Amino acid sequence: MPARPLRVAIIGAGPTGFYVADHLLRKPGVTVEVDMFDRLPTPYGLVRLGVAPDHQKIKFVTNAFDKVAASPGFRFFGGVDFGKHVTLADLKTHYHQIVYCTGAQTDRRMGIPGEDLAGSHPATEFVAWYNGHPDYRDCVFDLSQESVAVVGVGNVAVDVVRILCRTPEELATTDIADYALEALKKSRVKEVYLLGRRGPAQAAFTNPEIRELGELPDADISADPAEVELDPLSRAAVERSQDRATAKKVEILREYAQRPAAGRSRRLVLRFLVSPVELIGDDAGRVAAMRLVRNELYATSTGALQPRATDRFETIPVGLVFRSVGYRGVPLASVPFNESWGVILNDKGRVLDPGTKQPLVGEYTAGWIKRGPTGVIGTNKPDAAETVECMFEDLALGAVLEPAHPEAAAADALVRQRQPSFVSYADWLKLDAIEVAQGRAQGRPRVKLTSVEEMLAALGR
Amino acid sequence: MNIANILARKGSMAVTVRPEQSIREALGLLERHNIGALIAVQGESPVGILSERDIVREAARNEKFFTRTVADLMTRDVITGQPHDDLLTVAHTMTERRIRHLPVVDKDRLIGMVSIGDVVKAQRDHYQGEVDTLQTQLLAGERGLKH
Repeated sequence: MPARPLRVAIIGAGPTGFYVADHLLRKPGVTVEVDMFDRLPTPYGLVRLGVAPDHQKIKFVTNAFDKVAASPGFRFFGGVDFGKHVTLADLKTHYHQIVYCTGAQTDRRMGIPGEDLAGSHPATEFVAWYNGHPDYRDCVFDLSQESVAVVGVGNVAVDVVRILCRTPEELATTDIADYALEALKKSRVKEVYLLGRRGPAQAAFTNPEIRELGELPDADISADPAEVELDPLSRAAVERSQDRATAKKVEILREYAQRPAAGRSRRLVLRFLVSPVELIGDDAGRVAAMRLVRNELYATSTGALQPRATDRFETIPVGLVFRSVGYRGVPLASVPFNESWGVILNDKGRVLDPGTKQPLVGEYTAGWIKRGPTGVIGTNKPDAAETVECMFEDLALGAVLEPAHPEAAAADALVRQRQPSFVSYADWLKLDAIEVAQGRAQGRPRVKLTSVEEMLAALGR
Repeated sequence: MNIANILARKGSMAVTVRPEQSIREALGLLERHNIGALIAVQGESPVGILSERDIVREAARNEKFFTRTVADLMTRDVITGQPHDDLLTVAHTMTERRIRHLPVVDKDRLIGMVSIGDVVKAQRDHYQGEVDTLQTQLLAGERGLKH
């Protein structure tokens, strides 16, 4: 073991990055120094830029991250892009270990004709936009459309549907980006479809999430009574597993199917067992309709239920489409990638050489870029623990990088030279205070700074 | 969570053997990789599974079991998983049918294997993550009330 501190670079300041840092810094008997890099000036990853603005409670997890950041040995280099400002070669000369925690940054495509018509977007772009992500603040979504389809029934799809159905008054009490609030105030959306390819028993949304949709003050919820009834395979699966949560979910959806419309401004339509097969454009190349195929379920040999297209089709008129059918990691410069799963090639978090399938010394990964996009925020904690365990095992065996400059000051000098306008954690806490103060004046949790220039200006740079 | 999420953090493919190989060779593979089962493949498709149990059963009654072939001892009726099979169903099926190793195929091509240990760990981590998230929110809620 080196007598000097173990120096670790973490790429990505999302929840996983903080969980990795926490596990590293808590280890008794080893002095660890962590430098956390993020290409954005702000930390917290999807907690700031993914979690819906009307779900503030979920964001309280950042209190725990701030505690980690306050530990001796922790530094944050915000606005420093791995592969651009600092390369893998740079990091190898300054750190004993490097951990990639960059998440799943891109969406999966539906792979259907018309997918790229104007008015068809990845749901994640809409989410990043309303949450004030600097790279997405200039996106434009045509909210003058009356009918919108959201493809997918995971938590992102449900968030998008909810934001589209909230009133301006409701949104005005959140930390939604100011420009998004203005755009949504003018929204003419009247009808929102949420489309699931499988049945209600297989829908990824949780019961609290689906209940919340039924409690929106100015949107009526509806479902097709035939689609919320369980098919024999699903019924057998629910009974066999004695899964009460799923039984409850189906009960909630049945109630929605029976619920009379209350004349609210918007209508939210839940659909199951349908898959988009084509987006149909108008003369101007804009989405005008979506062709759907009805699905039926079949059991695979393990008993899992999967959808299969039938020969029954229908067309619904929609002018705006958000797809949320899964996410994928993005390869990092010089880091082995597993194309099949869209993750960094790894074994329990140890990055592998693609040729030999043996671990690469000093390189690790955790979170969604390690296992794929699944689970809630906290799921990344045990995942990070697994990776950190590998890191300490390797350290004990002396299998770490041998950096030429293993001093904190050398890494600091490197960053200052490459990216002089980086944001430290102390800087971030200043930005945080500014956002919160601006929010307080308006009765909101915060008013977000949404461009890098704004942030640097607020720091007096 | 589904099988793909488990395979994503398992660097190694499943260890395979050909049906005509000897049990001696199979034992060598089990020992070298420190694992409990081999998947017998023809081309890229799994045709059977050979577990340490299959070998023990034969060894108990046949002194000359080393020279028998994988095809002689393997289980042919193999249940396979697909990448999108959800973990809850897979866990249930593996427990109910006492399957310890599940070859994973994509269009009949073997792409990996998950063990009951992998499934249990993934489920445990999943629940642990949920509990942690809920606890964090509860604590935050309490703190929120004090303000």
